[in-house]
Amino acid sequence: MHNRYSLKEMFFEHLTRFSAILVLFFLSAIFIVLIIKAYPAIHHFGFSFITEQKWAPNFELFGGLPAIYGSFISTLIAMLFAIPVAIGIAIFLSEIAPKSLKSPIGVSIELLAAIPSVVYGMWGLFYLAPFMRDVFGGNGLGLFTAGLILAIMILPFISAITRDALNTTPKILKESAYALGATQWDVIKDIMIPYAKAGIVGSVILALGRAFGETMAVTFVMGNAHQIPSSIFEPATSIPSTLANEFSEVDSELYLSSLYLLALILFIISFIIIAFAKFYFLKNRVKRKKRLV
Amino acid sequence: MTASTKRKIINKFILSLSTLFAIIGVAFLFWILFILLKNGLSALSLNMFIEDGAPPGSDGGLRHAMVGQLILAIGATLVGVPIGILAGTFVREYGKKSPFADLIRDLSDIMMSAPSIVIGTFVYALLVAPTGGFSGYAGITALAIMMVPIILRTTDDMLGLVPNSLREAAIALGAPKYKMIKDVVYRGAKVGILTGILLGIARVAGETAPLLFTSFNSNFFETDLAEPIASLTVTMFNYATSPYEDWQSLGWGAALVLAGFVLGLNILGRIWLSLNHITRKKILKKRKR
Repeated sequence: MHNRYSLKEMFFEHLTRFSAILVLFFLSAIFIVLIIKAYPAIHHFGFSFITEQKWAPNFELFGGLPAIYGSFISTLIAMLFAIPVAIGIAIFLSEIAPKSLKSPIGVSIELLAAIPSVVYGMWGLFYLAPFMRDVFGGNGLGLFTAGLILAIMILPFISAITRDALNTTPKILKESAYALGATQWDVIKDIMIPYAKAGIVGSVILALGRAFGETMAVTFVMGNAHQIPSSIFEPATSIPSTLANEFSEVDSELYLSSLYLLALILFIISFIIIAFAKFYFLKNRVKRKKRLV
Repeated sequence: MTASTKRKIINKFILSLSTLFAIIGVAFLFWILFILLKNGLSALSLNMFIEDGAPPGSDGGLRHAMVGQLILAIGATLVGVPIGILAGTFVREYGKKSPFADLIRDLSDIMMSAPSIVIGTFVYALLVAPTGGFSGYAGITALAIMMVPIILRTTDDMLGLVPNSLREAAIALGAPKYKMIKDVVYRGAKVGILTGILLGIARVAGETAPLLFTSFNSNFFETDLAEPIASLTVTMFNYATSPYEDWQSLGWGAALVLAGFVLGLNILGRIWLSLNHITRKKILKKRKR
């Protein structure tokens, strides 16, 4: 009797352990497969892959710089727009909005974070790009439009987490500040934001990682031109949109390998960004625990 | 000007600025929702649900893409959910705070935010290139890989909410650990885990990038998993970027159906959780009496 139980017990424990190891396996397998597949391109181009501008499949010439540049710049534009607006929304939701508005606006913003990114991309192609064309000239496609869509896409994400972080500020801290004659903004800037800093920075970095790796929202409006554009209003490309546009139309080994190299670069950069955000959260958690002790 | 009036002016200024930002941000988000509803509703028709893909100009529908999307989502759920729950169980019940369990937690968080298109290229190398063709299996694998870490983390969190006294009571009665987990811990965390599964499905159902080069796309009604299978998301991408107006309109229809599905799952999950919360509170109240 006892034996039968321990056999089942062992089986169940090993089954769960095996499933957990699968996660580790997937992640390392992704790394290994990307490295193996990217190896021919690494071997052929070496370090010059990330400094070379020319991308000419006909001549077997592949330079990743335009895509890498496009990813960085569009993400930067997105963050410039998203951070102030998202924090504004968070402050509005936690401090300014009347109680009857807080929950409906808050919930709808959280729900907007769930809308598939391909919908944002489609809106960008049919509405934002023509609008940009009328305002700034050109054809409306490019890094600026892409950055703006990314900004709108990550808005709900940053504002929801920032609001939650601001809401964790203990009431007593806020009330003591008010008692000392602080204005609402004083309390927000000197009490709430410092208290919630880790949460805010963490959510911003996570959103950065998300924007950097986002494919569908930007592929529609990038213009897919392998060049370093002279202005942010001209067609460009990014790593994910290059992959989305060209991966299934590849006709040579080196071409495919170059795309895998781009994917590897994307994966490593995202990995570092996300791990950094995690580390930041974690570090803070440890600090807080120590403070309590 | 005294310091105090200056502070009051700054206060007014910043607070109005943040209200303005909030209004701009919310206005953009609602503009997108409005466009989605407007174009989506005008594209909705019975045809969309009963006809398959057709060449532009010949009144096609989206039945093939909706069925394909369901097949992919259900397949990914069948594969990803059991693995995710078991792995989450390991992390919470066996690994606890060991370095290995923490490593798995961190890696799942990273995988959850990793660019989904990279997972697509990975599955392409693993399943598409060697077999020589895009297939539904490859699409399901890509979505399942995305789903596992989501389910793992929810399971981990939800099992953590089950009070330890219940575990101790079961062990004290002589129950083996696996029975304690199966009959006590899972039962206590049931609603939470189910909600997590709903949200996980909603999350992967909206994914396009990992499907682009795994399940690819198809304009035909296809249920054979060894063949390329249409999905709403990839169909949206192809139709929206096509020059044909009726295809673009169908693309908006697909967007509305997909967004409705995803938001519906999200709202359902929320209601479910809050209902459970309310009943739990009621039970606690009764007990106190």
